[in-house]
Amino acid sequence: MRVAPILDIAGLKTVFRIGGRPVAAVQDVNLTIAPGETLALVGESGSGKSVTSLSVMGLLPKGVGQVAEGSILFRGKAGQTQDLTQLDAESMRQIRGNDIAMVFQEPMTSLNPVYTIGEQIAEPMRIHLGLSHKDAAAAAIKLLADVGIPDPERRARQFPHELSGGMRQRATIAMALACDPVLLIADEPTTALDVTIQAQILDLLQKLQAERGMGILFVTHNLGVVAEIADRVAVMYAGRIVETGTVAEVFAHPRHPYTIGLMRSIPKLGEATALKRQGKPLPTIAGSVPSLIQLPSGCSFAPRCPYAIEACRADVPPLYDTGTGQRSRCIRWQEF
Amino acid sequence: MLSYILRRLGTGLLMLVALSMLVFILLRVAPGDPIDAYVNPNVAMSQAEMEALRTRLGLDQPLPIQYLAWLQAAVTGDLGYSIQRNGVRVLPLVLERIGPTILLMAAGLAIAIVTGIAAGILSAVRRNSPTDIGFSVVAFFGISSPAFLTAILGLYLFSVVLRWAPSGGMLTPGAPFSAGDLLSHLILPACLLSIGHAALIMRYMRASLLEVLNQDYVRTARAKGVKESWVIMKHAVRNALLPVVTLIGSTVGIAVGGAIFIESVFNWPGMGLLLINAVDTRDYPVIMGATLIIGACVIVVNLLTDIAYAAVDPRIQVA
Ligand SMILES: Nc1ncnc2c1ncn2[C@@H]1O[C@H](COP(=O)(O)OP(=O)(O)O)[C@@H](O)[C@H]1O
Ligand code: SF4
Ligand SMILES: [Mg+2]
Repeated sequence: MRVAPILDIAGLKTVFRIGGRPVAAVQDVNLTIAPGETLALVGESGSGKSVTSLSVMGLLPKGVGQVAEGSILFRGKAGQTQDLTQLDAESMRQIRGNDIAMVFQEPMTSLNPVYTIGEQIAEPMRIHLGLSHKDAAAAAIKLLADVGIPDPERRARQFPHELSGGMRQRATIAMALACDPVLLIADEPTTALDVTIQAQILDLLQKLQAERGMGILFVTHNLGVVAEIADRVAVMYAGRIVETGTVAEVFAHPRHPYTIGLMRSIPKLGEATALKRQGKPLPTIAGSVPSLIQLPSGCSFAPRCPYAIEACRADVPPLYDTGTGQRSRCIRWQEF
Repeated sequence: MLSYILRRLGTGLLMLVALSMLVFILLRVAPGDPIDAYVNPNVAMSQAEMEALRTRLGLDQPLPIQYLAWLQAAVTGDLGYSIQRNGVRVLPLVLERIGPTILLMAAGLAIAIVTGIAAGILSAVRRNSPTDIGFSVVAFFGISSPAFLTAILGLYLFSVVLRWAPSGGMLTPGAPFSAGDLLSHLILPACLLSIGHAALIMRYMRASLLEVLNQDYVRTARAKGVKESWVIMKHAVRNALLPVVTLIGSTVGIAVGGAIFIESVFNWPGMGLLLINAVDTRDYPVIMGATLIIGACVIVVNLLTDIAYAAVDPRIQVA
């Protein structure tokens, strides 16, 4: 039996005004995250992962992007479930940084250059938990130690430019965890880091999740990372979820040609360096993500799909249930 | 931080030396016998006495030696005598005028900084709203109208037509000194002096804040649940101020030009008025003395701005 989810996104459609008319960046998105679970949201750049994250956070650019349809049910620390799409700005602000926190991709630019690390970590605790300056500062030092930063008292007094990229990402994680959120959204938190640091940050997130039990929405374009960190995976393409399932199921038996393509392009250990040495590019899926303004008719993946047939271009395929909890938005899913 | 200040102090000193050389060369190429500047016109002197003085002053020496001698005199406070004012020494003449000018400039600058930054923030936050467009139009006129025009128009409108302010001077003649009297004389010229500067600061602040509001760390602040007003005032404005502080420092020199106009229009007893009168009467020692002191003040202000910059931007310490 499954526990009731902390996050339940149903029929989400987020539109942007591009050149005066609304364009759907994300549509028909259904996602759930159980307490303590990690869901990976995977897809190439431009597929709508960040837009999905920002829709949950209520941080879509004002006047440009907005949630047009669907609901985002969220159960906060206090235990009551609310539809985030219906909340006013002030209620949403009280949830951000408190019940839901977010870690962004660029550790170099996502910290404020003119405030100390300690001050930036202490801030959400003063806002949401009502801690005094002194208590929040002490708590910030403890958080820095928790995320594995040596000499936390000194680091707390330093400014972002005095820390390395990996250190800064640890600091932003400390900042996100300050109020002990039930949901952490990590939008490509390791993409800007080199491989060894990347592995350390993934380990850290797993350790912190084991200690604190928060759910994680882990956004990445790298399926290789998914295997390490996630329980379930949702593959996104051109604003829609095209395949979901447990990591074990999807990796053992992908049921959508896009997922198959993504898996082929995961470099094996050492392969990336070998290919680079030979001057060959990493294998990728031929073609590119379609423009949202002119999505192809029927299956959005059809122009790039090696298995495409006439029937694919007729209608947008529904998400087929494969019977094992795995779902695929491909009319030929049974053939893979 | 200390080494940074020392370094900036060093460059400031170098600039001062360069300025003094410039002033010295101008003094020498100016028409007339340079010795006139050192002779008290009220005291009769024989030709022999003149020659003795020339030797004593080193005016028969090569130029570099003369410069060093002049510099030594200048450093010890001897800037010579005013030609036109019956042998009044230049230094006390200039020093007595420096207070009113600093008062006027400081008031003008304070008004410009406060209104410019406030209007810039409002414009950026309410981008493309009627408020923003209104400020932009006002700023356009503020930047493009010359200082003497705003000074004369302002004087005419506010003191001649509306009679809101006295039409000139620093204090009511004959009346006992009162701060209120000083303020009523100060407010109009200070406001008029601030117009161009305020407009410039506003445009810079607006552009700078708009750029900062798109930065990742502003999104991070929102993601932490910081109130929108604090996102702007605490997280964005402090960063947006950095280029504006530099702008303020580097335009103080330009504002000096504006102050000279304002002083002459409002008969404000400061350096500007002194300088304009000196130019009218070709009183070279006074022109040079005043230029040297004004230049020194501008250099000091630039130094202070750089220190202020270091205080707002923690990254400067490693640079
Ligand atoms: N601020 C914006 N203005 C207009 N369109 C946007 C904006 N942000 C995102 N989009 C649209 O949404 C699409 C998905 O973007 P995003 O969610 O950032 O992709 P990713 O999966 O790489 O995170 C983009 O290709 C773009 O067309
Ligand atoms: S529906 Fe057709 S085009 Fe789309 S992924 Fe499946 S086979 Fe390919
Ligand atoms: Mg993204």
